[in-house]
Amino acid sequence: MNDSSIIRAEHVSKRFGKDTQALDDVSISIDAGTIYGLLGPNGAGKTTLIRVLATLLKPDAGSAWIAGINVIDDPVTTRTKIGLGGQYAAIDEFLTGRENVEMIGRLYNLLPDVAKENTEEVLAQIRLDDAADRQVGTYSGGMRRRLDLAASLVGKPDVLFLDEPTTGIDPRSRVDIWDLIRDLVSGGTTLLMTTQYLEEADYLADRIGVIDHGRLIEEGTADELKDRIGGTVVEVALPVERRAEAAALLTAISGDEPQLDTNRGVLVIQAPDGSRTLIDVVRRLDEAGIQPNDIEMHKPTLDDVFLTLTGHVAAPSAPNGNGAVTEGTSPADTGPRPPFRRRRR
Amino acid sequence: MTTTTSLRTSRARITPAHGMKDMLVITRRNLLRVVRMPQLLLFSTVQPVMFLLLFNYVFGGAIAGAQVDNYINFLLPGILVQTMVFGATNTATGLTEDLAAGVIDRFRSLPMARSAVMAGRTLADLVRSTLVNTLMVFVGFLIGFRPEGLPELLLGMLVALLFGYAMSWVFATVGLFAKVPEAAQSASFLIVFPLVFASSVFVPTQSMPGWLQAFAEHQPVSVVANTVRGLVFGGQVLPPGQTIESLLFRSALWIIVILAVFVPIGIRLYRRAVS
Repeated sequence: MNDSSIIRAEHVSKRFGKDTQALDDVSISIDAGTIYGLLGPNGAGKTTLIRVLATLLKPDAGSAWIAGINVIDDPVTTRTKIGLGGQYAAIDEFLTGRENVEMIGRLYNLLPDVAKENTEEVLAQIRLDDAADRQVGTYSGGMRRRLDLAASLVGKPDVLFLDEPTTGIDPRSRVDIWDLIRDLVSGGTTLLMTTQYLEEADYLADRIGVIDHGRLIEEGTADELKDRIGGTVVEVALPVERRAEAAALLTAISGDEPQLDTNRGVLVIQAPDGSRTLIDVVRRLDEAGIQPNDIEMHKPTLDDVFLTLTGHVAAPSAPNGNGAVTEGTSPADTGPRPPFRRRRR
Repeated sequence: MTTTTSLRTSRARITPAHGMKDMLVITRRNLLRVVRMPQLLLFSTVQPVMFLLLFNYVFGGAIAGAQVDNYINFLLPGILVQTMVFGATNTATGLTEDLAAGVIDRFRSLPMARSAVMAGRTLADLVRSTLVNTLMVFVGFLIGFRPEGLPELLLGMLVALLFGYAMSWVFATVGLFAKVPEAAQSASFLIVFPLVFASSVFVPTQSMPGWLQAFAEHQPVSVVANTVRGLVFGGQVLPPGQTIESLLFRSALWIIVILAVFVPIGIRLYRRAVS
């Protein structure tokens, strides 16, 4: 914990019902003016943490401060400092874009003139143009997200929370939204965002926290995290009876034992040399007369992060551009442990 | 930016003026929703007019002469109250729709009065009911309704509106209990039908069996309906033994008691529902 932090949470826990520990002793500290990405699958506790910090939910234990104000003791003052947007912060279908943003401005207790002025400013930033006077019901998904961003910024908050700002958006508009978010917070706003996409956290965040089963399991810059996870990986699907033999070969190539993703039955190794490593793998397997069922090379996904950090895949999870996510499977760490070492530095 | 800038030891509060402003912002938003959904406005207006016409022409002939002299003059004050009670059920559905849509989450992250969402909802519903009631009076005129004078009529409508506002808070509470719009609507009808039909809205209570009459005469809808009648047409139209003064007093009492009970419960349930 240091003095430059504007968002601070200490030992925050929250339980829902008997069995769901949504947050388990989470401590976090975020510097003013930075972007922090909270990365994790559905149900990991990301949204719960945002809801606690945004005064929507009281934690069972622990404390939190926004700009020095105790979130739990003084929610009203806290709310003057924050903006909330993202997948759950709905906007009003029956109002126009401009009416929506201006209403939020008035509810920030801005004077009517100031609310109008700020509305024009943020609407210009999100480039809605003539659509600003149309009812939101006619907007596309991407336009809604942009309007949502405008609404969360109209009060000029010190701290902005965005809960999965691009979930459910097509990949092309996603990059637009990323650039927009970057522009919007470049004026010194501190942003805490949640995401299920490693790529998104990598693109936007100065620091990334990985959250799983309500616990913050890893924290660092994108580079530090990638060092831990590694970069591009090669995955090989093999018949079970040849797996041990292939694992030995793969160890020789990467200098490290491969990991076994038990859900999909594939061996995973780091590919620091990219396609060079892939060619190596193909050649060595071929020489040994091992025919893989499937082989692919890709950049690390959320699944890889979780496989590396926790030994299980992120589950349950949402569809992901890389198609590397297994739907609806239970974490694999409950079964017998595979004879492969968990990779950890 | 707003409220206090004092340090972490003090706890900021929302001032009444601030809360009032928030309430008006939310009221405006809810009214805009009504204007932008003309179908809803149309059908919620057509329905009470249909009730008025149906009751007047279907039951009017049978009841007129036997128990009352001029059925439309008897019916219209009652149906104004009935319309207010039916209209108040919109508070339940509107509130549950907002909860389901997630709009409330953003409201709650803003430095606004928590009670403004409820107060703005009930106030917007009151404005809408006022419009509908005015229309009912016009339609009533067309089919023979003749009040004693305009001030008397306006006073009667005011009592009906105040009662409707109080009932909005009852249905806000019902909505927060029911949680989903469909359940809120069904639950509202469970309350509306006995109150409206076992009352003096459509027929005098004298012909009801004794046990039902005891309920019908004292329950708030009858008290308010009789009050409106007395105000619009004078004491001679009232059931034996009832005076305008005592009815006004009892109406005021009902309105105050309903508000005193359901405003705190509603706001409390709202806070619980959204956290």
